Amino acid sequence: MDSGTLSGIVTIVFIVVFIGIVWWAYSRANKERFEDAGRLPFAEDEPPAQQGDKK
Amino acid sequence: MEATTYNYKVVRQFAIMTVVWGIVGMLVGLILAAQLIWPDLTFGIEWLSYGRLRPLHTNAVIFAFGGSGLFAVSYYIVQRTCQTRLWAEPLAAFTFWGWTAVIVLAAITLPMGYTSSKEYAELEWPIDILITLVWVAYALVFFGTIVKRKTKHIYVSNWFFGAYILTIALLHLVNSAELPVSLTKSYSAYAGVQDAMVQWWYGHNAVGFFLTTAFLGMMYYFIPKQAGRPIYSYRLSIVHFWSLNFIYMWAGPHHLQYTALPDWAQSLGMVFSLMLLAPSWGGMMNGIMTLSGAWYKLRTDPILKFLVTALSFYGMSTFEGPMMSIKTVNALSHYTEWTIGHVHSGALGWVAMITIGSMYYLIPRLFGRESMYSTKLIEWHFWLSTIGVVLYIASMWIAGVAQGLMWRAANADGTLTYSFAQVLNTMYPFYGIRLLGGALFFGGMLMMAWNVFKTVAQGRVVNDAPIPQAVHA
Repeated sequence: MDSGTLSGIVTIVFIVVFIGIVWWAYSRANKERFEDAGRLPFAEDEPPAQQGDKK
Repeated sequence: MEATTYNYKVVRQFAIMTVVWGIVGMLVGLILAAQLIWPDLTFGIEWLSYGRLRPLHTNAVIFAFGGSGLFAVSYYIVQRTCQTRLWAEPLAAFTFWGWTAVIVLAAITLPMGYTSSKEYAELEWPIDILITLVWVAYALVFFGTIVKRKTKHIYVSNWFFGAYILTIALLHLVNSAELPVSLTKSYSAYAGVQDAMVQWWYGHNAVGFFLTTAFLGMMYYFIPKQAGRPIYSYRLSIVHFWSLNFIYMWAGPHHLQYTALPDWAQSLGMVFSLMLLAPSWGGMMNGIMTLSGAWYKLRTDPILKFLVTALSFYGMSTFEGPMMSIKTVNALSHYTEWTIGHVHSGALGWVAMITIGSMYYLIPRLFGRESMYSTKLIEWHFWLSTIGVVLYIASMWIAGVAQGLMWRAANADGTLTYSFAQVLNTMYPFYGIRLLGGALFFGGMLMMAWNVFKTVAQGRVVNDAPIPQAVHA
């Protein structure tokens, strides 16, 4: 197999993988899970001045 | 027993040094800008000559200022979004002292003239080894913390930081492969056009993964936090992440248009650079749209202004970059001041502003205060920086296009219309405007230093920030 064929195969594999990622990101089944992940920075919220105070 | 607090110490150390190195690196930049107008400014002292200070400036702003900022925010974000204390804390402390040692060594060796002459990788081999050790420790701490996380998901910022840490390790190892001949001198393992290609594969991915991917990790955390709402589309951020990773690696050859590099490699670099426009703008929209429904906050919140303006400059420079990679445009723009303008649109507009905004968010939290000492000073800082960047890049655009046109102008008999000195002479007013823009930006950094100093003086060191308990596992 020459290098041209190999690069062709690699390009196709990359495209398929990439389309797979987009499909995975936008599939309905994963909607809830990603919205959940998007809320992670807000899982903890105390005013900064109190953040460090020992209770 | 399981830790109940976050490690803020290493975050605090890096955050303070970010401000310090920002001032040092930008001051060196200011001296360089002045030297271009007054070449005898430093009295011919060799340690302060342009050629030696220039790599000091780039290393200081990219790796000292930007690098310290990234260590600070990645340690902060990975702990808070994984809801766990850092893994292997002695290693985290080593990354701080090791990285600081690298910076100090750079500040000593570069003015002395020790250089491997590879752009953005000038440091000689013993320092390269220290960088490797620090980076391995960084990777262990970061990924170790991800592994012991208490949350189910890995927040998108951490994906960006992870890609940056892995890629920089790979780039540094490959590009810095060198043969030492003495303690202070080594030669690259590559030669000729291969060396050039390896260098710009490194150089462009340093831009792609250090100055872009990593700072996007910063953006994906601090914009939602400061705007008080989750990222506009988390799914888009996933696509943003993967498409950047797929494409960036191949854009390096655009630094070598019309050189000895094979033509197909030049075209490949151009095509991949053009493709980069899509994920870059997708990511920019994602950040800006996070503010939808909260636009009014932009009027009153200077921190948000910093973060959103940074995104606008990200959009501008990621439009300009692909355009400059087009061969016919590059024939005009390459080796001119336009490139310098482009770099600073990204470096000051995007990287510095997103870092400054993030530091204004972070520093009060590290010192137990509700906000910075003076919000008014942040507002002033914002306007000085914005006007400074605009003056800088606008003057360099005009200078660069004029320079490119004058260099290529030819008389009917084929001789050049302008001598090099004539072109240089045309540059003076623009160099003056650039110096003014840089001085404004630097002035803003001094305000930041004062503001940080007062905040720290009135605050208290926070070492007991509690980790939320009983979270869903």
